[in-house]
Amino acid sequence: MDTYYKPEHLAKFPQIGEGSPKLAQKFFDYYAEVFKEGALSAREKSLIALAVAHSVQCPYCIDAYSQESLKQGSDVEQMTEAVHVAAAIRGGATLVHGVQMLEHVHQKVMK
Amino acid sequence: MTPPNETEDSPRATNSLASRGAEIADAAEQLAVLARLDLAKAPRGGVFAANVGKPLRPARLDIFQINVGKLCNMTCRHCHVDAGPDRVRENMDLETIDACLRALDATEAEAVDVTGGAPELNPNFRYLVDECVKRGKRVMDRCNLTVLLLRRNADMPRWFAERGVEVVASLPHHRRLNTDAQRGSGTFEKSIEALRRLNAAGYGRADPRRRLTLVANPVGAYLAGGQAGLEKEWKAELQKNHGVAFDRLIALNNMPISRFLDWLVSTGNLQGYMELLTNAFNPATVDGLMCRNTLSVGWDGRLYDCDFNQMLDLECRPPDGRRPHVRDFDPAVWAQRTIVTARHCFGCTAGAGSSCGGALA
Repeated sequence: MDTYYKPEHLAKFPQIGEGSPKLAQKFFDYYAEVFKEGALSAREKSLIALAVAHSVQCPYCIDAYSQESLKQGSDVEQMTEAVHVAAAIRGGATLVHGVQMLEHVHQKVMK
Repeated sequence: MTPPNETEDSPRATNSLASRGAEIADAAEQLAVLARLDLAKAPRGGVFAANVGKPLRPARLDIFQINVGKLCNMTCRHCHVDAGPDRVRENMDLETIDACLRALDATEAEAVDVTGGAPELNPNFRYLVDECVKRGKRVMDRCNLTVLLLRRNADMPRWFAERGVEVVASLPHHRRLNTDAQRGSGTFEKSIEALRRLNAAGYGRADPRRRLTLVANPVGAYLAGGQAGLEKEWKAELQKNHGVAFDRLIALNNMPISRFLDWLVSTGNLQGYMELLTNAFNPATVDGLMCRNTLSVGWDGRLYDCDFNQMLDLECRPPDGRRPHVRDFDPAVWAQRTIVTARHCFGCTAGAGSSCGGALA
């Protein structure tokens, strides 16, 4: 069965440069700079990337940053907590919109 | 050789391949498993020599590494030696240790790297260390930490301190979960206690004569992370959570041999791990490879280019065509050899590289 997502596409990511080598180069240079050890450690950046990967539901990123998080010294307890942070923010983002719903209801419904 | 009552409460993650009678316990079978893999899509077909692109020649001999045997109080899941409490036969005797010392005197090596198994369990260990210290050599003890808690070794941290022995201690992670997964339940707690005893003896306090080095390695099929970043974090976490200190951290990749190879095969990770290693080949690691500046002596006195080749029975190939033994060691002949390599060598050249001394690039 064919699928929209193909694991081999991750390794082919650099091919995105075909239509615009200049923009691809700028993006990949920027990307490499972002993940360097800085005020945040490479391990902390990997965990943020792992959480964001789950939030944007990117299977390529989940594979890549599961591996990178392990490599940078995180264990499954720390990685799971990172994913829960993503889940909490995603869930919270949904729920906090409920206040908008409530205002609408309070405006439109007889008390 | 070791009274069972002394080591029976040591952590055990698995059994040795030898005790299981596993086919993959055989070095030739391990080499065959690696050679059979289809790595056609890997750079230069996954052929190590083609990636290096030149014959791998020795540099100056700096490190005289002695593997005193396969006996260990632990049985870690990834052990490249297939060491364990059952390996009572393969241990260096006094005659071979004396032959090592004579060979050492014929070299300009500045350091002696004593490894195993748990080298401290060899009855000739203290004699060997004392003789090397007497000769003015820097001595490194590759220590599993838990062995220091055995009653007979209670004095060892102080004994090491008095002799300026560098303790190079295995600790795969600064948290319990992965440490115990790799090395057996209870390892983490015992390791922390051993580190406390080393700290009390003056180790981990930036004293160059009492250097405490931790060796971290991945607990699974991925590469070692950036050494400097890991060291910074480990120092902070171990100090904060356990009040223990160390001097430096080295990060090693796991070699796809012995029990780690068996784990890779049994979990379906071998192909992916070898692709990871071969794709991460880094030419900048080649000049610093330990096989270039190290002589590796096996428990029976046989000579190898490194401890990994030793476990694969890949002996040194000096140009005189003789099967090399430490009692016949000739540095001039040794210097003319070409280093023996095979696919497992990609473990040392992947990413930032990996050697007994840590990252290379």
